[in-house]
This record gives sequence, C-alpha cells and structure tokens, in this order.
Amino acid sequence: MSVLEITGLRKSFPQGSGVIEVLGGVNLSVGQGEFVSLLGPSGSGKSTLLGLVGGLEQPDAGEIRIGGEPAGSKPGPAAYMPQQAALLPWRTVQGNIELALRISGRSKPEARELAVEGLQRLGLERYARAYPHVLSGGMQQRISFLRALLSPQPLMLLDEPFGALDALTRQEMQQWLLSLWEQDRRSVLFVTHSIEEALMLSDRIVVLSASPAVVVRELQVTFPRPRSEKLWSEPRFGELKAELYAALRSLEKSV
Amino acid sequence: MASMRAVWPPLLVLALLLLIWEAAVRLWNVEPWLLPAPSRIMLDAWEARERLAGHTLATLRLTLLGFAGGTAAGFALAALLHLLPVLRSGVYPLLLLSQNVPLIALGPLLVVMLGFGLLPKLLLVMLVCFFPVCIAMLGGLGGSDPALDRYLRMIGAGRWRRFVSLELPGSVTHLFSGLKLAASYSVTSAVVAEWIGSDKGIGIFILLSSKGFKTSLVFAGVVIVVLLSLLLFAAVSGTERLALRWRPRKEGAA
Repeated sequence: MSVLEITGLRKSFPQGSGVIEVLGGVNLSVGQGEFVSLLGPSGSGKSTLLGLVGGLEQPDAGEIRIGGEPAGSKPGPAAYMPQQAALLPWRTVQGNIELALRISGRSKPEARELAVEGLQRLGLERYARAYPHVLSGGMQQRISFLRALLSPQPLMLLDEPFGALDALTRQEMQQWLLSLWEQDRRSVLFVTHSIEEALMLSDRIVVLSASPAVVVRELQVTFPRPRSEKLWSEPRFGELKAELYAALRSLEKSV
Repeated sequence: MASMRAVWPPLLVLALLLLIWEAAVRLWNVEPWLLPAPSRIMLDAWEARERLAGHTLATLRLTLLGFAGGTAAGFALAALLHLLPVLRSGVYPLLLLSQNVPLIALGPLLVVMLGFGLLPKLLLVMLVCFFPVCIAMLGGLGGSDPALDRYLRMIGAGRWRRFVSLELPGSVTHLFSGLKLAASYSVTSAVVAEWIGSDKGIGIFILLSSKGFKTSLVFAGVVIVVLLSLLLFAAVSGTERLALRWRPRKEGAA
C-alpha cells in the first residue's frame, strides 16, 4: 500500500480579478520505503502541493491519502523539512528538536531523550546547546533534517532542503542524507529543481509541468544502493540527466 | 567596558554645568526663591529628607502599581486581540485613535467619576502605561516569521502552540520597547495624577513647595522624579538584557 496517494489534485488561487490554476490534476504516489523526487520548474506549484499534503489548505478537487487517511483529518500527517531550516532563534538546537517532538505528541522526557540520542547518533552533540544563528547554513539543515528524521510519521516531506546552500555544501549534504536515509528507508517525497540531486537520491522521479502543473513524466531510477558520488561518472547517469533535462526544457518552451 | 566609557563624558558635562550654575548664582547673588544654587538645593533637600522620603515612597508606590497594572492589561488585551482577529479588526483602529486623547486631560474627569482616592490616580497611570505595551505587542505578535509559522503548521502545531512557542517569544523585543516607553512615562504621569487630587506624593510636594516659594525643594522634587524614571528604565533594560541573552551580539552596538 502507498504511504502517500494523490489522485486528480487541483488547486487554484484568486489573483487580481482572475483565478490562477496552480495544480491541474496531479496524480502521484509514494510507496513504503520509497524515495520519490518531485522535479519541476520554479513556480510549478511544488510548495502548494506540499501545503495540501500537510493539510494547510483544502484542494479544489481530487484526493490525498496519507497512510490511507485523507489529508487534513489529523494535524501534522508527515515529517517536514523546509528550504529554510526554520529553527526558532531563541531555542537551542536541542530545544528546537524537542519542540518538534512535543508537537508530534511525545512527552517532555521522551522528547529530551530522543533529541539527545539523535544528536549523538549523528555526531552533532556538541551543537546541542548552541543557538541556531551560530551554525552554518549546512549545519542548520543537518539539524533540520535530524528533527524531521526523529519525528514519528512514516512519511517525510523535504521541500528543496538544499536549495539555499552553495554547490559544495549541497553535494556534501546529499551524501550525508543518502547515507542516513539508506539506514532506515523512510518514505520520502523530495521536492527539488536539481536534476542531479533527484537522480542521486531517488528511487523514482516525477516531473511536473509549469502551472497548471500536471505530471508529464515518471522515471524509475534503478542505480543500486548504497550510492556514492561515483554515480556521477556512470554513462547511464549522464543519459538520464540528458533525458530529464530535455523534458524540463520542452516544458519551458511550451510556456 | 564600552558602556562605562560611554557614561563618563555626559557625567563630566553635567558636573561642569552644575559648577557654572553654582558660580553664576553666587557671582550675581540670585535670590534663592528665583534660582537656588545646586549646593543650596542639596542642603534644603537634606533638611527635608524625612518628608521627601515619605512623598517619594508614595509616588513610587503609585508608579509601580500603575506600571504593573497598565502593562499587564496592555499585554493581555494585545494577546486577546491577536488571538481573535474579528475583535482585532473592530478594536485596533479605535485603539490607535485613542492614542490622540491627551490622557493627562482625563484626570479631572476620573476624579469626578471615581472620587479622590487612589483609584482615579492609579487608573491614569495605568492608561498611560497601557497603550505603548498594547500597541507594541500587537505589532510583535502579528510580525512572526511566515516561514517558521508554515513549518509549525506543517508539523501539526495548533493555534495555541504557535502562539506560545512562536508568536510570544518572537514579540519579546517588542514587549520591551513598549515597557521602556511605559517606564519613561509612568513616573511623570504619577506626578501629574497627584496634582489632580492627592495629599501625598512628589507631585504634591512640588506643588506645595512652589506655592510656598521654596524653589530649592521644587528642584529637589524634580531631581527625584528624574531619578525614579531612570531607575525604572534601568530596571526594564536590565530585565530585557537577561531575557534576550539568546540574541546574536550586534556588531558595534552602542
């Protein structure tokens, strides 16, 4: 059974005197333990889609089911990692993680224990008492990822988590995330506009068109795991990259 | 250390001004009821120290009660209006308008309605302290980072949780800027409230001294009002520094 099942999803927003259709009937699913990337041009409604999955807004048409239950039926249906680390500046690293765990229903002592354990497991315990502003962008995203990883929901939504990082840090973070994810294989919906990132991380890539967004292409990525940067030099990697690039280019031309 | 260095120049200028004042009064033999020398003011104040202390305590009590009550009410109303947007849309414009009412002018009205007891004076000080805190808090509560708000909603944080964990801590800076304004106004408003109807307090002391041409004691009263204001302001600033220790140090902050 799919952890996330989206069928015929439509959403429009009023803009000026008219209405702008952002999602034009999107179908998408994420299976148990599957890493799915959502690839699309900027402004293709990827964040809107995540907002609908998180239950922040209601779709105009279509259905979202998370673990079989309709979205919006309970708050916080998925673990979430946004583009900006979204760490509360007045809470320490550990305090931020504890808050997220408290919101997901853990008791105070449980949240503390899990946060301490998690920080230790990832070798980040020396940052436990630091405030977010003293951390680098990459380190803030590590904390943000750990926070999502420790949340109990089976589905993780990652919204361009490395979009604001420089190229080198970004590659480092991809490898780091890959190594962690391959340990316990949560179901992931990963939003990105980087083709290489999607290829490196995913089991399957779903390409969205510009708005109104529909799924224009789906691609299985069958590289064996665990994966490493060596993938970059494989001919198949280059082929898929060219294929996806062409798909995205044709979208831009049709706009 | 930087703050200590910043304190010395104004203190030096102040001492110099006092010296010129003292010298001028002695040189031209100015009548003490017109302009007493600083030394005379200190001597007279020392002689009247017991009366002065009593009046100071009364004013301090009125100020602190009014400050605490007014700022608490301002805080509570801001929170209420923030959590109930329907109420906010109706009340907030009136709140802004009401800032144009000269509160001091309400004094006599309050006395008519509430008599000569502590209540009308307390109410006046409370009103003065209420507005800056309420307005500043409303600004702070409504100004939280949308990215943080979206994150918290995505992971399932309810309204109350976002209020307590995001909006309240995010408005602490605003709260303190409101509190500092309230602190600066509160002593002055207490003194004016005492003029309207009271038998003790620095306000009354100043009024009586001036009627009796004891100008040196008027000065002494003014100095005490200034000192009380500074003290309250310093207490608020000190608390702020404790509350905001998480904040990144600003480069070259004065």
